[in-house]
Amino acid sequence: MKALSVNNVSRSYGKVQALKNVSFEVEQGELFGLIGPDGAGKTTLIRILATLLLADSGRATVDGLDAVRDYRAIRRRVGYMPGRFSLYQDLSVEENLNFFASIFNATVRESYHLIQGIYRQIEPFKSRRAGKLSGGMKQKLALCCALIHKPSLLFLDEPTTGVDPVSRREFWDMLASLRQQGITIVVSTPYMDEALRCDRIALMKEGGCLKIETPQNIIRQFPHTLWSVQGDPMYRLLKDLRRHEDVISSFAFGDAHHVAVRSERITTLQLEENLKMLDYKNVEVKEITPTVEDCYMQLTMDNEQ
Amino acid sequence: MGTKSNSRLSAVNGQLIKKEFRHIFRDKRAMLILLAMPVVQIILFGFAITNEVKNAQVAVFDPSRDASTTRITERLQASRYFDVVRRLGSAAEADEAFKEGTVSLAVIFGENFDENLWRTGEAAIQLIADATDPNQAATLTGYASSIIADYQQELLQLHSVPFRVTAQVRMLYNPQLQGAYNFVPGVMGMILILICAMMTSIAIVREKETGTMEALLVSPVKPFALIFSKLVPYFALSVVNLATILLLSVYVLNVPVTGSLLGLMMLSLLYIFVSLALGMLISTLVATQVAAMLASGMALMLPVMLLSGMIFPVESMPEILQWLSSIVPARWYINGVKKLMIEGLPVASSMKEFAVLSLMAAAFVAVSIKKFKTRL
Repeated sequence: MKALSVNNVSRSYGKVQALKNVSFEVEQGELFGLIGPDGAGKTTLIRILATLLLADSGRATVDGLDAVRDYRAIRRRVGYMPGRFSLYQDLSVEENLNFFASIFNATVRESYHLIQGIYRQIEPFKSRRAGKLSGGMKQKLALCCALIHKPSLLFLDEPTTGVDPVSRREFWDMLASLRQQGITIVVSTPYMDEALRCDRIALMKEGGCLKIETPQNIIRQFPHTLWSVQGDPMYRLLKDLRRHEDVISSFAFGDAHHVAVRSERITTLQLEENLKMLDYKNVEVKEITPTVEDCYMQLTMDNEQ
Repeated sequence: MGTKSNSRLSAVNGQLIKKEFRHIFRDKRAMLILLAMPVVQIILFGFAITNEVKNAQVAVFDPSRDASTTRITERLQASRYFDVVRRLGSAAEADEAFKEGTVSLAVIFGENFDENLWRTGEAAIQLIADATDPNQAATLTGYASSIIADYQQELLQLHSVPFRVTAQVRMLYNPQLQGAYNFVPGVMGMILILICAMMTSIAIVREKETGTMEALLVSPVKPFALIFSKLVPYFALSVVNLATILLLSVYVLNVPVTGSLLGLMMLSLLYIFVSLALGMLISTLVATQVAAMLASGMALMLPVMLLSGMIFPVESMPEILQWLSSIVPARWYINGVKKLMIEGLPVASSMKEFAVLSLMAAAFVAVSIKKFKTRL
């Protein structure tokens, strides 16, 4: 039995179509990522799976249970961490944990082994009010609360948004260790670099899935040669690159432009020369392996054509 | 279901309720408002509408200036309640004095007062009071009447002939004269519904707004248990408030519970429950705390103040407003409290109020359970 199966699910809010015929399956014990920017439909999808929203059409099953008909049974066995911090700010760390354990008829002791690794990091602050925790610690506490009833499946809606890079890495380490313990995890994130931590990802855009694959395969399937190009001034450089006849696409990526080229017609040295002729200073062109973000951009472009 | 799962189920409810109490106790400001509001209101209302009148300014029109009128005027002047500040040239001048606002009571003696009294055994005095403050007016005319009655009593003892001085009382500006005791039931009706409905609706909606409802929904907790746990702490708080109000009104304001205390308590508990249910209903209809506050403020505070008979008597409202007021729970409660507490009527007299409030409670609970969303 699949841990999750989504079949042609659509959902709109008024005139805005948030999800368009989304279908995918998640295996037991898989760490599945929903990757995409704000407005891609990630939250809507997770809410439908967590039985909080009804799909307009299509069908979803969670652990073989129908997301609409068997919502009570699903709610007993899944853990859900909403996008915004949804613990009680005026209760202490320990009180929050005990409360969420009690509403699932569980005790902290029973599932301590599951949260131990995470809880140990916030345990020194256990009598502090949840509202006074840092962003990273809040997310760790929220994860503990979502795990307290030993769910077989975990839904996490943008757990690392607004969290510092170190805490983000720690958080993904925790997810990896939960996956080791056999919990199926569906996690959404707008950070493309986090996609590599997932077993498989769905790249989402405007309510649809561009591609569902392992991150490694997605990168492997990148159709072009990719170069990183630097040179001053950067803004004019982007425009000139896009005008260049051997360039397929060019996107700004922090301090360099990522450029997909027809490598059979041009070499890095040739491009460097071309740019120097156009008065660019500090020109540097080198071949790179594409990132998930490069693939996302490419897929978006292919999709539009 | 075995007993074990049952006891675990009630343990869930226990935890939910415990959590609600924590929310309330940790919000010190809200706590203070909740517990201090009834005290402040009762004391404010109580002393604003005090019955004590001292040195009220009195104008006298005395056309005959004979022995009797002089004696009565002297007695008025001698009492600590009155201060005769003005002699009027004509009865019509009284109007002017009132308009100037310099006097709050006018005493108009009839023509040939003494002569009439001796010859026919009857003489007339008119007492005119400024009843823009109805309670003060009632008190003033009451005191003045009793001073006149005293004088009459004295005459009776001295002479065998029965004399009658009839004091004719006229209330200017507010002939209905709402009683001074009216505000205790009114404040009870208002405070209880405000605390119960506003606070519960805000408490429930807060969970929606902060997103904790989202986390709670994805759990096995039944919606009913969730809501029920919100009602319990506010029920407890309201009972404390009810006790405060009753103690204050009996011992500080000297408004006694003349009827059955048990009946009054039963009615109040029922009313508290109606208010909680109303708060529950509001919480299912709105999405934000501000909306909940506005809804309970607009939907409860104003109708309670204006339509419940707390300020304006229901009997003198236009028919449509009377009809409208009958859907205001506070109206029925205030009516019942007046009967049980002030008028001292038996519990059976307020069966109608009990019945109406029970019906309202059932309706509110039914609608809010139906309206409660198990999804977002």
